[in-house]
Amino acid sequence: MLDYLKLLILALVVILAAIAANYARDVGYMIHAIIVMVTAAGVFLWQLRRTDEPVPAAVLETQYMDGPIRVGAILTAFWGVVGFLVGTWIAFMLAYPELNFEWSWGYLNFGRLRPLHTSAVIFAFGGTALITASFYIVQRTTAARLWGGGLAWFVFWGYQFFIVLAATGYLMGITQGLEYAEPEWYVDLWLTIVWVAFLAVFLGTLLKRKEPHIYVANWFLLSFIVTVAMLHVINNMAVPVSIFGSRSVMVMAGVQSAMTQWWYGHNAVGFFLTAGFLGMMYYFIPKQAERPVYSYKLSIIHFWALIFLYIWAGPHHLHYTALPDWASTLGMVFSVVLWMPSWGGMINGLMTLSGAWDKLRTDPVLRMMVTSVAFYGMSTFEGPMMSIRAVNSLSHYTDWTIGHVHSGALGWNGMITFGMLYYLFPKLWHRERLYSLRLVSWHYWLATIGIVLYAASMWVTGIMEGLMWREVDAQGFLVNSFADTVAAKFPMYVVRALGGVMFLAGGLVMAYNLWMTVRKGVSASAETHAAAPAE
Amino acid sequence: MSFLDKHKKIETNATLLLALSFGVVTIGGIVEIAPLFYLENTIEEVEGVRPYSPLELQGREIYIREGCYVCHSQMIRPIRDEVERYGPYSLAAESMYDHPFQWGSKRTGPDLARVGGRYSDEWHVDHFTDPQSVVPESVMPPYGYLAETEIEPTYIADLMETHRIVGVPYTDEMIDQAAYDFVQQATDFGDDAVVDRYPGAQQRDFDGNPEVTEMDALIAYMQMLGTLVDFSTFTPDESR
Repeated sequence: MLDYLKLLILALVVILAAIAANYARDVGYMIHAIIVMVTAAGVFLWQLRRTDEPVPAAVLETQYMDGPIRVGAILTAFWGVVGFLVGTWIAFMLAYPELNFEWSWGYLNFGRLRPLHTSAVIFAFGGTALITASFYIVQRTTAARLWGGGLAWFVFWGYQFFIVLAATGYLMGITQGLEYAEPEWYVDLWLTIVWVAFLAVFLGTLLKRKEPHIYVANWFLLSFIVTVAMLHVINNMAVPVSIFGSRSVMVMAGVQSAMTQWWYGHNAVGFFLTAGFLGMMYYFIPKQAERPVYSYKLSIIHFWALIFLYIWAGPHHLHYTALPDWASTLGMVFSVVLWMPSWGGMINGLMTLSGAWDKLRTDPVLRMMVTSVAFYGMSTFEGPMMSIRAVNSLSHYTDWTIGHVHSGALGWNGMITFGMLYYLFPKLWHRERLYSLRLVSWHYWLATIGIVLYAASMWVTGIMEGLMWREVDAQGFLVNSFADTVAAKFPMYVVRALGGVMFLAGGLVMAYNLWMTVRKGVSASAETHAAAPAE
Repeated sequence: MSFLDKHKKIETNATLLLALSFGVVTIGGIVEIAPLFYLENTIEEVEGVRPYSPLELQGREIYIREGCYVCHSQMIRPIRDEVERYGPYSLAAESMYDHPFQWGSKRTGPDLARVGGRYSDEWHVDHFTDPQSVVPESVMPPYGYLAETEIEPTYIADLMETHRIVGVPYTDEMIDQAAYDFVQQATDFGDDAVVDRYPGAQQRDFDGNPEVTEMDALIAYMQMLGTLVDFSTFTPDESR
């Protein structure tokens, strides 16, 4: 019966998408409607062939559902490489503007590729990693199969479809004009449906758990899912100009729009890139180190403090703007206080290695995870410092912010995800060990040196341009024109792009290593530990 | 039983965990966002600020489409060098009709909040077509194709109607005349109706090409940015 309903809905989607393509007001919308139509038609055919076929032997409820996790692990690596590639490319564009080709008619200009890069890394790489990690962790820590049968597959592919629509939209200039919330109204609506299903799968699995206690990683993952739902819905409130066009008009304007956007934007960092990834840390580091989490009480305190305080930090993006001072002061104070719970998480992660520090010498995967926590600690110190109004008056609008974001994104989110992938691949494909630990070491050093080049060059250009902008001579006149500051940044822009090349190369080494692990790895007969002993 | 041991209640009940964590994350946003809808200094009106004319609004659409906001801010902070370089600091009222705001977060290029009137139309055309020809140090991408893309005001009234739904005070007359105003402002066949409806609007052939192009719209937007408030007579409210 349910199969027939699915067929009916899919057929309806195909017809509606065809109508939408026909009446489309702009080319981008028409292409999106055609993508929707073709996809729905494909799923319809796939569903049709399965309907009324004899059902394969019922899946044992005792078995974990690892299908979406396997695809997720592969796609996480894929999106990572794509995101790093676009990032490296646009880094070169800032050094060499000739790379904005005339013939591309704007499609490949910096302004359209930059949202593609940020979304590819945050939402495609980070988001796929988070969904994969959530599905893996919640099953292992509750001893229950994912709730909802095929719903987990819907969440997984639905999210990938969101990525495809968002990414193609950016290139065609479909955007709301809000950083990190660029996708237009219909893509936002689709993501809302997928996200609610994600919450249902996750919560449903927690509710049918066989362990009495909910493990700490799941607190973070649950709060990440529910908070992101809230942020997404409120920040994307818009009225479409027409249901047959891609454009919409945001409900909020001016100051209110700015405050809501950075409440969203900073908590995309706080919940997507921090709370969710802390969930990863709380599962994979103890597993890889084979040690229990350092302190249970610390995890309680820092969890509640972190999620309460993070929400307030947004207005530090709006110091000295038309936002009232009291609001940006609140943002600053809470950002500084936030330093403590952030370091609570770092300490809990690092100290989990108590009694296992020697493994850092022999296990490059664990080294990667520990380095990621160290970068987490570094950028959660830098962030509160930059949120102080006096520091911000210098750092805001400069490359320092870009450097800060990347030491968090590459160092913390990137490295912990790499660690997770190195842990997951042998497990999921029942391999005895990774193909090569030497290549993991290569990846580690390429990535680490790449981040150092990136962050250091951005500190230099950021502070330099901040100082050059405000420099006045003895008569009180400005010393530098804006163009002078742009010219002065050139060498550091090249260094930054080279850092990106190294990080990207590390990602490619990882992809090769993981591929070979699946292709050439020795099958493990029973459950094994992820990392093999040193060579 | 110590206080932290009571946490057992929460961590053995998924619904309670969900409800409490959701409750905790709502507080900060409510305290910081809600007051902005009624406090004096965030909803004040300043003389001169008006909704965008149809052509300017279309220019703003292109500004958003091309992602200009990722490299240009539109927010001058009350800091000495910024006021020296860019002009009087930005007021909340100046972006009251911006759905959404375009204050930006990065200055890879200079601030644009008061770029209106700073350069000639010809400079803008040259600069958009080949930025390095007028500013050799620039790293801005070229936008010459805007001058070759002709535009029709087919959906401009719908766009303004939607802006009216979210609170921009467009009158029925403005919406009825939108298509006419759109063409008139970029070609200037000697009718002052646009300026009557949108005080301070500049009407002329911005890109030197008789057809209405995306370049016309974008330059019309550039040339009005920050020009609406007369700072020779503006005095900030005591309560600010």
